[in-house]
Amino acid sequence: MAFGGLMALINIHFNVKEGMVKAIIGPNGAGKTTLFNIITGTFPPTEGVVRFMGRPIQKLKAHEIAELGISRTFQTIELFGNMTVLENVMVGCHTRARSSFIASGLQLPHVKHKEEQIRAKAMEILKFVGLAEKFSESADSLPLGERKMLEIGRALATEPTLLCLDEPAAGLNETETEKASSLINAIKEKGITVLLVEHDMKVVMNISDEIMVLNYGEKIAEGLSEEIQNNPKVIEAYLGSSEEDRA
Amino acid sequence: MLRIRKLPIIIFALFIIVFPWVSRLIPVIQNYPDLMIFAGIYSLITIGLSLLMGYAGQISLGQAAFYGIGAYVSAILTATYGLNPWFCMIIGMIVAAIVAVLVGVPSLKLKGHYLAMATLAFGIIVFIIFNEEVEWTGGPDGMSGIPGLSMFGFAFDSVEKYYYLVWFFVFSVFVFTINVIQSRTGRALRAIHASEAASSAMGINVSRFKVVVFVYSAILASLAGSLYAYYLNFINPSTFDLFFSIKLLIMIALGGMHDIWGAIIGAFLITFLSFEWLHFFGEFEVIVYGVILLLVVIFLPQGMVGIPKIFKGLFNRKVSNG
Amino acid sequence: MPMEKITFANQLLQYLITGLTVGSTYAMVAIGFNIIYNVTEIINFAQGEFVMLGGLVMVFLHVAAGLPIVLAFPLTVIIVTLVGMLLDRLAIRPIRQPSVLTLIIATIAASIIIKGIAMFIWGKDPFDLPAFSGRNPIHFLGAVIQPQYFWIIGFLIVIVILLTLFFEKTIIGKAMSACADNPDAASLVGINVKRMILLSFALSAAIGAVAGITITPISLMEYDRGAMLAIKGFGAVVLGGLGSFPGAILGGLILGTIESFGAGLIHSGYKDAFALIVLLGALFLRPSGLLGSIEVSKFKRF
Repeated sequence: MAFGGLMALINIHFNVKEGMVKAIIGPNGAGKTTLFNIITGTFPPTEGVVRFMGRPIQKLKAHEIAELGISRTFQTIELFGNMTVLENVMVGCHTRARSSFIASGLQLPHVKHKEEQIRAKAMEILKFVGLAEKFSESADSLPLGERKMLEIGRALATEPTLLCLDEPAAGLNETETEKASSLINAIKEKGITVLLVEHDMKVVMNISDEIMVLNYGEKIAEGLSEEIQNNPKVIEAYLGSSEEDRA
Repeated sequence: MLRIRKLPIIIFALFIIVFPWVSRLIPVIQNYPDLMIFAGIYSLITIGLSLLMGYAGQISLGQAAFYGIGAYVSAILTATYGLNPWFCMIIGMIVAAIVAVLVGVPSLKLKGHYLAMATLAFGIIVFIIFNEEVEWTGGPDGMSGIPGLSMFGFAFDSVEKYYYLVWFFVFSVFVFTINVIQSRTGRALRAIHASEAASSAMGINVSRFKVVVFVYSAILASLAGSLYAYYLNFINPSTFDLFFSIKLLIMIALGGMHDIWGAIIGAFLITFLSFEWLHFFGEFEVIVYGVILLLVVIFLPQGMVGIPKIFKGLFNRKVSNG
Repeated sequence: MPMEKITFANQLLQYLITGLTVGSTYAMVAIGFNIIYNVTEIINFAQGEFVMLGGLVMVFLHVAAGLPIVLAFPLTVIIVTLVGMLLDRLAIRPIRQPSVLTLIIATIAASIIIKGIAMFIWGKDPFDLPAFSGRNPIHFLGAVIQPQYFWIIGFLIVIVILLTLFFEKTIIGKAMSACADNPDAASLVGINVKRMILLSFALSAAIGAVAGITITPISLMEYDRGAMLAIKGFGAVVLGGLGSFPGAILGGLILGTIESFGAGLIHSGYKDAFALIVLLGALFLRPSGLLGSIEVSKFKRF
């Protein structure tokens, strides 16, 4: 993947098996978020194919990919600050319902009915992520840990087959990180495949089935947690960039 | 939930219904129903613009073009070809919608200043066309002989009758728009305003939504234009110039961009300023408008609808301090 | 037959020369846009009013008050510069939560206030200025060149040279460039960002004033010319690439030339529409401009 002359990702090949939790790790700047952006359709790769359930998707737009069943959270937490907690999740339900502009304006009965369903479903999800009491508060007013949970909840509302989490534990304290880890496990139990980018090694070791390591845009290792921990190339990549020492 | 209360709407509706009777009794405001017609016509445009700018977070500085398209299509088809005015009104809205799609699809991919300039340029190009295509539009001298509206023999030929007609449209559009805001569609628009990236990731087709709202605002402006043409029975291009687009912006900013009531409040205030209260300034009312716009954007960015919240804020502070 | 061929080619040359001249004015407006944009990321919708004021203030000082051009010219520039600084102080700086929309609205408000005041002072009539070195046309290959054209193009060149020296050689200029690249870092290093913003408005106003003074002897000046000049100047900006000085010049010259050919060959009434259509075309097809780059334009703050 090239950005105007800069190769952000080179020759990345990898698979994610259904139902597993796979983590992508690597020092800052390794290209992890770029990889996410390509998978979720934020921008198309300059070369290569992304296949989802057998189907090439690299040319699709982000909202089309969401409809196919891939959802995500953002490293920078892109919540809808102008709405309540509940409304944020309700937007997540958007793609699984249908209503036209005119039907909404006329408040036709099927529109009202759908609205009830969306509301109920959103509340269910809020309960699942532990934010049910705060449903009517403004999304901006939540503390960081809860904002992350809300963003995951919103992504879950799209009924994804693959959930891409971009640094779900970044900036969280011990308790919050625990909550995030158990949430991800609960998500895995629901049968949803999880792909995550993460720096917190404890979280990565705890919840991932497989790990892939990137450095300077290239894949330098892939496999189960123990293998990665002892892989000399991985150790060198992390020691080489002095700021990543969180094991 | 973005709960927009029903009670104020009912109270306002009662006020509108009763007002012409009241104004008949008080000599000073006897011409007010006429002004209220303009306030209503402008409200139709500002409601659409408020949805576009306040809720979906886009910018349009060219709405005068759609206002003009509605007016000129209605005028040309009725005066020159003698078609039924209601039919022409609908044709006008269709033309406006088509133009909005043609202009909107490429423009709404742009953001911020680029979008503002694109809509500005579009508005001026349409204005130039109105002035230059003299055979069709009568050029700078305008077009007269535009018929009025009537229905099953009942002619809307008095100020009062037209007043009720216009405000019927305004309320219908107002309620429709509020329904949209409180629906899944409205949520999607507000999501787009907050974060386009996240909206796409949640499956919202951002470009399509932007175009839909833009088309809606164009259709409303066109409706307003037709109503204007049928009321005055005469139109000329100077009504649809850049300054009118800016006036619409002032209405929205003054009333409050992020609240649909702001659209109506702003339309009212500017209409009355424009026709009544600023009269002694003559042509220099332009300076007053500029000052108002500047003061609003510096001191009252939420517009007039934001004033109760400011008072609440001050009150809360006093309570916690005192 | 050969007679007519020469005449048509001459006409084309005439359009070209007029186009380059008018284009120089647009280039100056575009440079003004870029200076403010580079430091603040604001597009100043009132940019055209500086041009208008340049022309009209010069008319007042030179024609009404009788000051010689050598005196009136710099005095006009100073006055318009002050207006530019007032714009920053009164319309931009007071805004507490600047966003793209509020800044657009603020500069629009400023532009209609300035226009209104200009209408109050000068009325609606167009005014003329005597050309700096007379109106004896120079004949070149069958085209007619007004001496004033050389003044306009000449001033453009002078401005470009002075600005290049300013931004590359002087400390203040380098400080302004630093603000453009990274205002947070700039303020950390002790650069007074607010003062740089004020300076950017001052410079833009000054350049706008020069554009107005030099173009008035050719196309007159009236109170409401500002809007179209601003939009066309912006067209030059987009065409050349937002933030790029060579782009502004290239964009201005190209825009002026297209407008001139369009007005001459097709229909004068739609003259203004040509520049606008070029603007729309540039925005729709290549918003990063001829000399800009797509990646850079995507990563700009808005």
